[in-house]
Amino acid sequence: MIKETDNINHTVNLEIELILQAIFNKYGYDFRNYSKAHVKRRLLNRLHASKLKSISEMQHKVLYEPDYFETLLRDLSINVTEMFRDPGFYLALRKEVIPILKTYPFFKVWHAGCSTGEEVYSFAVLLMEEGIYDRAQIYATDFNHDVLDIAKKGIYPIERIKEYTANYQAAGGTQSFSDYYMANYDSVIYDQSLKKNLVFAEHNLVTDSVFAEVNLIICRNVLIYFNKELQNRVISLFYESLINGGYLGLGSKETLQFTNKYEKFAVVNNDEKIYKKKLL
Amino acid sequence: MLYKAIVLGASAGGFYALRKLIPMLPGEFSIPIVIVQHISPTSDNYMARFLDNLSEIKVKEVDEKEPLLPGHVYIAPPNYHLLIEEDRTISLSTEEKKNYSRPSIDILFETAVLAFGKELIGIILTGANNDGAEGLKKIKEAGGYCIVQDPKEAEANAMPIAAIKKSNPDKILGLTDIAIHLIEMDTNIKSGKTSKSNDTSNN
Repeated sequence: MIKETDNINHTVNLEIELILQAIFNKYGYDFRNYSKAHVKRRLLNRLHASKLKSISEMQHKVLYEPDYFETLLRDLSINVTEMFRDPGFYLALRKEVIPILKTYPFFKVWHAGCSTGEEVYSFAVLLMEEGIYDRAQIYATDFNHDVLDIAKKGIYPIERIKEYTANYQAAGGTQSFSDYYMANYDSVIYDQSLKKNLVFAEHNLVTDSVFAEVNLIICRNVLIYFNKELQNRVISLFYESLINGGYLGLGSKETLQFTNKYEKFAVVNNDEKIYKKKLL
Repeated sequence: MLYKAIVLGASAGGFYALRKLIPMLPGEFSIPIVIVQHISPTSDNYMARFLDNLSEIKVKEVDEKEPLLPGHVYIAPPNYHLLIEEDRTISLSTEEKKNYSRPSIDILFETAVLAFGKELIGIILTGANNDGAEGLKKIKEAGGYCIVQDPKEAEANAMPIAAIKKSNPDKILGLTDIAIHLIEMDTNIKSGKTSKSNDTSNN
């Protein structure tokens, strides 16, 4: 009986390998090196909700129904975010990275895996307050076009604004947070001036390559969904994209320590996981 | 039974319960323990440091991709779900809250079942909601061993009661007896006794 359970789990794992290969071949999205526990949990939840009998049945459906693929794409990408998420990260940026950016007449920032854009607008607010927004070019990318559409609009539900205001203050905000948005019934729209130097574009960290040389990369809570091999690939991509002395900001639980580029970076702030590409 | 891991969920009152339970385990306790304690999303790793200072066994907040080692207690960081990979390393996730919780006990338990199957011990302690009940049921169904803190003793009894209703656990015990039972099971594993405890009574 138990033996049988082991066999079933083995077969389910095989089916997952096959559906990920099918998704990659048909649609070009590569989840094969994502954290297995994460992918399996999300697929099994969807399997249950779809009332299908097996992942193999799901594979058939995903190959023949692009709409169903879109559903799976949403399941597999995590888009939980907020304005000034982890305020300490922004405080550390203000203290340790902004002063360096201020020494450049012009600089580029890449926000990788920007999801629905809240953290991009947060960073734009920070640059405004530090008086260097006009010198910045910010590229905000994600592989999921649905979330990019939301990010481009910069319109968000109003119900979390109280929480965001508290985050803004904890992040070292110097104005009133309400200066940056207009409330309209049940939503807020961020000030158009924040968008001036923002470019939102589709970019897939797993399959796409370097597109610009930048002074700062922010990529938070994206690497946690990747296996070690893919983490190494993405960190190499970041390394290639950074100028010498450029900065990398990761999520608070992400670290370069176990990646193969660790010696190529210096730790700027260990708690907030801010690193600096060493000069060669 | 050769148990390879213990997963433990606690909520309201959990800090005090863990402060009592974990220091009772000896330094040579060999089964890795992974804990989800519901905690404010903005708190720091105080709990792990505090328990570590108090205990012989090593207690730490988990690092992403960390492998589970014997003699270690791993605590989920605030505001992240903790998942166990089938290669027995730890993954973190910021996905939606489950049972109004991040970290969620159910998510830890569900992924632990996939990684360890029947070689898993699940424990539910004090709490005021029903997170973990579904996960404990899955541990039971996979042939794992389930322990719930005696609701009469728990600071908040809703979570133990929900877990007992859903999973019909192998043992319902007070904290001291949970520690004694775990040490006994660990000693049996180390001395090579592999049979499941003969005592199957629930109370």
